[in-house]
Amino acid sequence: MTAVLTVHDLHVAIGRGGGATNVLRGAGLEVETGEVRGLVGESGAGKSMLGRAVLGLLPANAAITAGQITFKGRDLLAMREPERRGLLGRSIALIPQDPMTSLNPVKRVGAQIAGLLRHHLGLSNRDALERATELLAEVAIREPRRVLGLYPHEISGGMRQRVLIAMAFACDPALVIADEPTTALDVTVQRQVLQLVERLRQSHGAAVLFVTHDLGVVAKICRTMTVLHAGRVLEEGETADVLTRPRHPYTRALLAATPRADRPAEALRPVPPALIESLWAEAHRLDALSMARRA
Amino acid sequence: MADIALDSALTPPSRWTAALRRGGSRLWVGAALVGLLLLVALLAPLIAPHDPLEQDLMSAQLPPAWASGGEPAYVLGTDSLGRCVLSRLIYSARTAVAVALIAATLAAMIGITLGLIAGSFGGWVDQLTSRLIDVWMAFPPVLLSIVLAALIGAGLTSVIVAIVVVDWTRFARVVRAETMVQLKRDYAAAARVLGLGRADILRLEILPNLVPLVVTLLAVEMGIAILVEVILSFVGISVAGDTPTWGGMIAEGRQIVYQAPWIMALPIGCIIASVIGFNLLGDGLRLLLDPVQRR
Repeated sequence: MTAVLTVHDLHVAIGRGGGATNVLRGAGLEVETGEVRGLVGESGAGKSMLGRAVLGLLPANAAITAGQITFKGRDLLAMREPERRGLLGRSIALIPQDPMTSLNPVKRVGAQIAGLLRHHLGLSNRDALERATELLAEVAIREPRRVLGLYPHEISGGMRQRVLIAMAFACDPALVIADEPTTALDVTVQRQVLQLVERLRQSHGAAVLFVTHDLGVVAKICRTMTVLHAGRVLEEGETADVLTRPRHPYTRALLAATPRADRPAEALRPVPPALIESLWAEAHRLDALSMARRA
Repeated sequence: MADIALDSALTPPSRWTAALRRGGSRLWVGAALVGLLLLVALLAPLIAPHDPLEQDLMSAQLPPAWASGGEPAYVLGTDSLGRCVLSRLIYSARTAVAVALIAATLAAMIGITLGLIAGSFGGWVDQLTSRLIDVWMAFPPVLLSIVLAALIGAGLTSVIVAIVVVDWTRFARVVRAETMVQLKRDYAAAARVLGLGRADILRLEILPNLVPLVVTLLAVEMGIAILVEVILSFVGISVAGDTPTWGGMIAEGRQIVYQAPWIMALPIGCIIASVIGFNLLGDGLRLLLDPVQRR
């Protein structure tokens, strides 16, 4: 197996100079061709930042201070802007977190999908709309032709998310980054969306980096997983191994804090504050060390 | 048969019907007033009962036809040189409409371009544009117009140039702010992930979202342009002296307002109706064009 995406020793800081805060502290992972890798962590762990760094979408005040990001053997960070833009949406796609706001409110669904196809694949308007109809049918939208003529506010949240999934897979990308795509949806729709991502991944042959805080979701669809905390990778491996034999105490604590059907609710234990404390202390010790090394 | 009947009963009103209903009475009244103004301006030679320059000193200062002493040949009476007031009002509409359409459109084009640039580049580009707008807006606009008209000479072109030079700031300010707001929305980030460059994002994603705003501004600006033209022609630095204008008519009527109040009252009525018409039309269009109906 070859790696589609390699992130190595990535450091990202927000702010400049003395007031800078580290959000990624040497995080690294590999996504192999066609696999689904889960990236798990609590909020603030830096999992979305990692996804954004790969897409070149870091906030204006954040900067990559060290590390490499390689896509299919090409260095993404050294790449020139136009070349990188050519990859985005074409070879690397994103399923965004919030389906309610990620579509342009004043453009019809059809125009948005067709625009993407025209831009990257050079299709004519007619061919693009034809292909858009097929794509919507593929994500189980009934009456795709009618939906193409609707504005985003005229369709439900679940449908919008399916449109965004169709757009992500539209150009047969090698890598799809799914940034908590189920968080904004209610539980019944979540399951359909997960099945859809899995089906499209198989039919389009894409690898997926699935960013989530939900271990249940990871267990369902990810072959491998990476556990992130305070911008560091604490544990990684095959999902089955990590979930049944967690090596890191944090992973163990996370699992104990996750509700399961085969366990009574009373068995749930929050992640011990002392553990979190010690992890952050470790992270800040690393920060001080790297500061000292640079000075 | 039953199926067909059911289908037609369930068909929702078409998008256009719904949009027109959304515009409400403001749209209709505004469109009627502006439409009437445009029609009058366009057909002036056909509908004016007299040559607006033709003097009939024997029947000077005639009151409107329905008042005592009025003559049916002069429906709205005559001015102090015996010229037909109705014909002069009709011909004045041509100047007003030409100034409103051309000046407002040019001001909008310049203002939107600069606003988009300032709003999307930020940094020193934004600082420079914003400070320029601030300084510009500190000048009293009418005074600036008078100075400009004095500099480049009187005439239709100078009136238009004066309005454009003064009023592009109105568009630039609003468009800059709205561009910044829209660029922060998720759909703009999503467009970047789809591989669009800055110019494409502004043109294809942001600009359509600015349309309702710009249309409202444009209509309001046309009303303002009419007012400025009136002011400039009132002080006598608009078009050449013998071309009838509402402002010129007010200036002439002012001297004999006690003997013949209609000569001054009628052009004022025309101005009020046109400005209200443009404002109502702008309001109505904003509601009509906005598919999300954010009121």
